[in-house]
Amino acid sequence: MSLILTEEQEMLQDAANGFLTENAPVAAFREVRDSKNPDGFCRDLWKEMADMGWAGIIVDEEFGGSEFGYVGAGVLAEQMGRNLTASPFFSTSVLGATAVQRYGTAKQKEQHLGSICDGSTLFALAVDEGPRHRPEHVEFAATPHGNGYKLSGAKTFVADGHVADKLIIAARTSGEANDPSGITLFLVDADAEEIDRAHTPMIDSRNAANIKVDGLEVTGDDILGEVDKGYEALEGILSAGRAVLGAEMSGSSQQAFAITTDYLKEREQFGQKIGSFQGLQHRAAHLATEIEMTKSAVLKSLQLLDDDFESASATCSMAKAKSGMTAQLSTQEAIQMHGGIGVTDEYDVGLYFKRVHVAQQMFGDAGFHADRLAKRSGY
Amino acid sequence: MSDLEQFRAETRAWLAENCPEEMRDGDITAENQCWGGRQWEFQSDAQKRWFEAALAMGYTVPTWPEEYGGAGLSADEAKILTEERDRINARKPLSNFGISMLGPALLAFGTHEQKLMHLGAIARGEIRWCQGYSEPGAGSDLASLKTKCEDKGDHWLINGQKIWTSNADISDWIFCLVRTDFDAPKHKGITFILMDMASEGISVKPIILISGHSPFCETFFDDVKVPKAYGDDNLSVVGEVNRGWDVAKNLLVHERGMLGTMSPLRGATGPENLGGYAAGEIGVDATGRLDDPSLRQKIAQAEIDDWAYNLTVERMNDEANAGNGLGAKSSMLKYAASELTKKGSQLRMDIGGTGAATIGPDGIEYGSLANTWLYNRAYSILGGTTEVQLNIISKRVLELPSA
Ligand SMILES: Cc1cc2nc3c(=O)[nH]c(=O)nc-3n(C[C@H](O)[C@H](O)[C@H](O)COP(=O)(O)OP(=O)(O)OC[C@H]3O[C@@H](n4cnc5c(N)ncnc54)[C@H](O)[C@@H]3O)c2cc1C
Ligand SMILES: Cc1cc2nc3c(=O)[nH]c(=O)nc-3n(C[C@H](O)[C@H](O)[C@H](O)COP(=O)(O)OP(=O)(O)OC[C@H]3O[C@@H](n4cnc5c(N)ncnc54)[C@H](O)[C@@H]3O)c2cc1C
Repeated sequence: MSLILTEEQEMLQDAANGFLTENAPVAAFREVRDSKNPDGFCRDLWKEMADMGWAGIIVDEEFGGSEFGYVGAGVLAEQMGRNLTASPFFSTSVLGATAVQRYGTAKQKEQHLGSICDGSTLFALAVDEGPRHRPEHVEFAATPHGNGYKLSGAKTFVADGHVADKLIIAARTSGEANDPSGITLFLVDADAEEIDRAHTPMIDSRNAANIKVDGLEVTGDDILGEVDKGYEALEGILSAGRAVLGAEMSGSSQQAFAITTDYLKEREQFGQKIGSFQGLQHRAAHLATEIEMTKSAVLKSLQLLDDDFESASATCSMAKAKSGMTAQLSTQEAIQMHGGIGVTDEYDVGLYFKRVHVAQQMFGDAGFHADRLAKRSGY
Repeated sequence: MSDLEQFRAETRAWLAENCPEEMRDGDITAENQCWGGRQWEFQSDAQKRWFEAALAMGYTVPTWPEEYGGAGLSADEAKILTEERDRINARKPLSNFGISMLGPALLAFGTHEQKLMHLGAIARGEIRWCQGYSEPGAGSDLASLKTKCEDKGDHWLINGQKIWTSNADISDWIFCLVRTDFDAPKHKGITFILMDMASEGISVKPIILISGHSPFCETFFDDVKVPKAYGDDNLSVVGEVNRGWDVAKNLLVHERGMLGTMSPLRGATGPENLGGYAAGEIGVDATGRLDDPSLRQKIAQAEIDDWAYNLTVERMNDEANAGNGLGAKSSMLKYAASELTKKGSQLRMDIGGTGAATIGPDGIEYGSLANTWLYNRAYSILGGTTEVQLNIISKRVLELPSA
């Protein structure tokens, strides 16, 4: 397979670029932020995205999806990264849809995929229990109760947790706190009485919530995948999430860089364009190179998810690591090369810097993934 | 089965049959390559058999037309051949400057007679070429070169000096940039000329590097006469007189392309996988992590960068095949590859500790970690320095303003 987009994928890219620059540019994101919209995104916009088939981008046609696969999801995420589009796309259409489509029963697919595709049901994935990503560290308890379980525990930084209709919760059904085995995924209604959700406003102005569950009764029907083997499913869902976050960060890197090179060609100091100073040129050229490397890494991971989902985990880790490092560098340099206006709220580059930081932390930063890869390779 | 699938199956079978086991070690280091040339002696029987098998198929230069010694493979077929070769870790049957630099320039700028005269000899490994570009006063600013070339009717007369000519002492022919017009603007008076190193008046003097060895030379030209035609119509000038800069630039793109497709971390001598090598040398702790956390982090980052780099080579190739030429982006690959190559051998030296810093009774051993580490410092200098690549990216890819 070629490491380039197909014609169909290119058309999707053009369509996404056209739609988002028109309907969801950075200005729209500012509006959501400044109006203190409690959702953190615009519901009308989300409805339009769903109508275009974006909400069901990875979902098979038989369930109402547009079946564009993970490359399709990445193509959209990259354009969203460029425009800083805030929407439930990531949590619902990537994490939720992956969880249900790959690990759900026939009944669960029937029940949920349609309402993911039409945008009517929002999902969130509740994994982490502290400020740093450690997916195998699960204390959240699922204790046997009658025919089912009783769920109790706490989750932190659940992206879109505040608005979600459904929560996918990683809970411990056996084993110790850091044991990958003994984890089970549950799919529950987010508005249950036993669930307390505290909105945690984030630096990137997106939605997240800290979630506390106190004795929620669930049955075997609420289990997603297999009992005690939830970590394998979690790995799959997280891998998809990492690759798509990588695509989003790649888009943000590209756009922050484009804004910066435009500025370098326009701003004058010392009687010349600042872009003529070699001290800035070489850093820009280095960054441009890193951005190219990142594009390849991200596309490869998305292609592998479509091609051979089970084997994509390490590749998705690498893509997340590479895109995270590049995005951090790109947005740092964007601010620096703008001088004083780079640190103003009015100017967009700071917004990219903030968003990219959160996306880096989410599902493991570059250091986390480097550690994982090293361990996997036996060192 | 599609034609390409068929080709893949045939290629796989051909490789299985014809690539000797000893040539499947993925070794792409300079000292173990098959270079060819009049002075060439095969290092092993396996190397000879592999070369001959490839030659019979036209696979020493797979994409060149058959009439010039190649196999005439399409871009897709060539990609499959490379993939299948990589799959079994096969070495290249032949590699040298003729294949990677002069050949592509001749294909683009040469006359039919020039191609007939030189390409086949390159494909067959008969002639080894060296590159006479740099001069003591013309490095990064190559176009300021001063080696003088005068028109004497039936021949050219050459006087001057080149420097850093890789392997000039063991090469058969040289492709050279010379000045034919001292009055024109510097880019407009340069000519691209081909010379037999056995010509009277050419002498070479090896230069010893920090690695303790001497792969390159100073090359002197004292009243060297270059016939305008060899026998038939095979002219010694490629492209037009005073338009050699066009040829030179084209060739530099291929050179950068070649330098930019090395697999940097593996390109350094030593075990394939840096992390595995480190684990063997240093050991791991109770959690299975390398017993040196800071080195571990650096190695992992380098492996991620190396992985992304190799994918970028693949992607840019695919884009070129789809009609989006690489252009000045080849400078990105050259830049990234040379910096990663240095990083890889630096890490190997760090892993090896003082053990890797020892030398033999006769000095630094050829092919040792230290030798490679020292030689690799040159990667970001040769073929256009890192700074020059960054300038090119700024100007041609990003179109940033000039001062
Ligand atoms: C928080 C804050 C507080 C401030 N407080 C004050 C204050 O109290 N009083 C006051 O007078 N000013 C103040 N400033 C202004 C500050 O001094 C300027 O922002 C600073 O001098 C940079 O100028 P600039 O923003 O116009 O950027 P520019 O000069 O336009 O620089 C843009 C980019 O070009 C680079 N650049 C410029 N020239 C060259 C060159 N020759 N070679 C290489 N790179 C170059 C810069 O390093 C930068 O990365 C403040 C700024 C900030 C951010
Ligand atoms: C191992 C090796 C093999 C080689 N093989 C060959 C060969 O076979 N044939 C051949 O012709 N040549 C060969 N070269 C020569 C090589 O191409 C030159 O060394 C190279 O072009 C740099 O020229 P220089 O050494 O004169 O350095 P200089 O051009 O003098 O550069 C010195 C420093 O200044 C920097 N610099 C120069 N100009 C700029 C600029 N505009 N902006 C910013 N920084 C700048 C450079 O990056 C470098 O860091 C080889 C070199 C090496 C090391």
